[in-house]
Amino acid sequence: MTQNEIFISDKTLKYRKIKSNLVLTFCVIASILTVLPLLYIFFYTTASGFSHLSLDFLIQMPKPVGEEGGGMANAIVGTLILIGLASVIGIPVGILSGIYVAEYSGGIFSNIVKFVTDVLSGTPSIIIGIFAYTVIVLTTGSFSALSGGFALGIIMIPTVTRITEEMLKLVPQSIREASLALGISRWRTTLNIVLKTALPGITTGILLAIARIAGETAPLLFTSFGNQFFSLALNEPIASLPIQIYNYAKSPYTDWHQQAWAGAMVLVMLVFVINLIVRFFTKNKFSSEL
Amino acid sequence: MMEEENKNNSEENIEDKFSISTENLSVYFNEKPAIKDINLKVRNKSVTAIIGPSGCGKSTYLRSLNMMHELTPTATVYGSIKINNIDIQEFGVINLRKKVGMVFQKPNPFPTLSIYDNVISGLVYTGRHYKKDLDEKVERCLTASGLWNEVKDRLKVSAMTLSGGQQQRLCIARTIAVNPDIILMDEPTSALDPISTTKIEELVYNLKKEYTIIIVTHNMQQAARVSDHTAFFYLGRLVEYSKTRTIFTNPKEKLTEEYVTGKFG
Repeated sequence: MTQNEIFISDKTLKYRKIKSNLVLTFCVIASILTVLPLLYIFFYTTASGFSHLSLDFLIQMPKPVGEEGGGMANAIVGTLILIGLASVIGIPVGILSGIYVAEYSGGIFSNIVKFVTDVLSGTPSIIIGIFAYTVIVLTTGSFSALSGGFALGIIMIPTVTRITEEMLKLVPQSIREASLALGISRWRTTLNIVLKTALPGITTGILLAIARIAGETAPLLFTSFGNQFFSLALNEPIASLPIQIYNYAKSPYTDWHQQAWAGAMVLVMLVFVINLIVRFFTKNKFSSEL
Repeated sequence: MMEEENKNNSEENIEDKFSISTENLSVYFNEKPAIKDINLKVRNKSVTAIIGPSGCGKSTYLRSLNMMHELTPTATVYGSIKINNIDIQEFGVINLRKKVGMVFQKPNPFPTLSIYDNVISGLVYTGRHYKKDLDEKVERCLTASGLWNEVKDRLKVSAMTLSGGQQQRLCIARTIAVNPDIILMDEPTSALDPISTTKIEELVYNLKKEYTIIIVTHNMQQAARVSDHTAFFYLGRLVEYSKTRTIFTNPKEKLTEEYVTGKFG
């Protein structure tokens, strides 16, 4: 075959270039549309909240209307406790069921689990809140941090399950075979080899799940309820940033509105910091080569 | 008297000669046969090559020897496989795989582990090691696989920084670290360049002093170079099994002759 036979006319080439550029333009526009709202939220929150953010805001308790200063220490600690509780429930259950679905798939039960997680991830969070209310608040007879953490944990499960499953499925079959062929048992292969290989991706999934629940408000309204005072007790109502922001923002006082902005900023920063910390600790030595 | 003793000895030797044997081994995938009624006795401490065109069941045969078909729900294995005259079912799958190591077509070191940890992975994750012995073990296995001089200064870096050929030799080191009797090699050089291939072939030649090696290859020259005995598979059946020299110079079956002379394949 000579060069001439694969010759493409100038006209065709020009047309192709235009098509290519057109598609690229659309992609760029879409990407800008994706980033813009996030940047806008981030800058607007920072701009509105930063002036009211101070050390006092982080370590002081809320003060009554009219009094200067005061902070959201109880809400910050409360949110951290709720995230902790949710993680204790959501991460192990999510990872283990993800392992089950990915590594022992094929059966009817694993398909049911997959279907249910899909439905669960689409369930409005307020319904999960009602569920936690019925199961824990009504039976124990009081709003509590525990019920809030329980609700948030359930919200985490489908995200963690799905991402674990996806990441485990990306691990090549040859790695599993290599491990099994050495006489390593199935569970050690899954845990020490497969899960470890997929860990960076799973970590990202867990962070996404945490970021999502950190800002959940609806399910907390009738579970952890909110608390004007400092509380570490798991069986009592507990303050949280989203609820505090919600209460302050709907109040008629300018002072509280400012506090709400500062709270919103802290919430955004909190998610950001949790991201950094977890990434630092779970960073795989060799993840860059994967 | 003397004669009888000699006779006894030779009988014992015959038993010693074979390390792995299969009787009427058939493997079915979804009720369709991949290999049928394979009777093969593999000689101890030698290299046995399995050749044949694509889809003839070479890999299927090899993978049944360390029960790899367990991973495929649609696969069913019939017949018996014996190692030193003991049925492999009696070992249990874990112990069997410690006895029968495997090297795969594509180098597959564990990507999250260092070179050092890759070598000892089979020991560490099966709980059979003393920490103080590990350094020596790593050196011994890497030396045996011809990799020691190339990696001794960077044992703690990721295995993925090695070239394809080095990765494959690392996989061999990882396999012999578990002290197997038999090593199965499933086209170990088909993903490698010619120089790495030569190194692996030399390695196979050296390893047969200590191990029984069964190597599947689609490369007839390779079979001729490294193996002592060759089995020719065609359409899921064992056509001919004999000394490598015989297979390539004076095969009994017409089919074998046509295959080794390149008439089909």
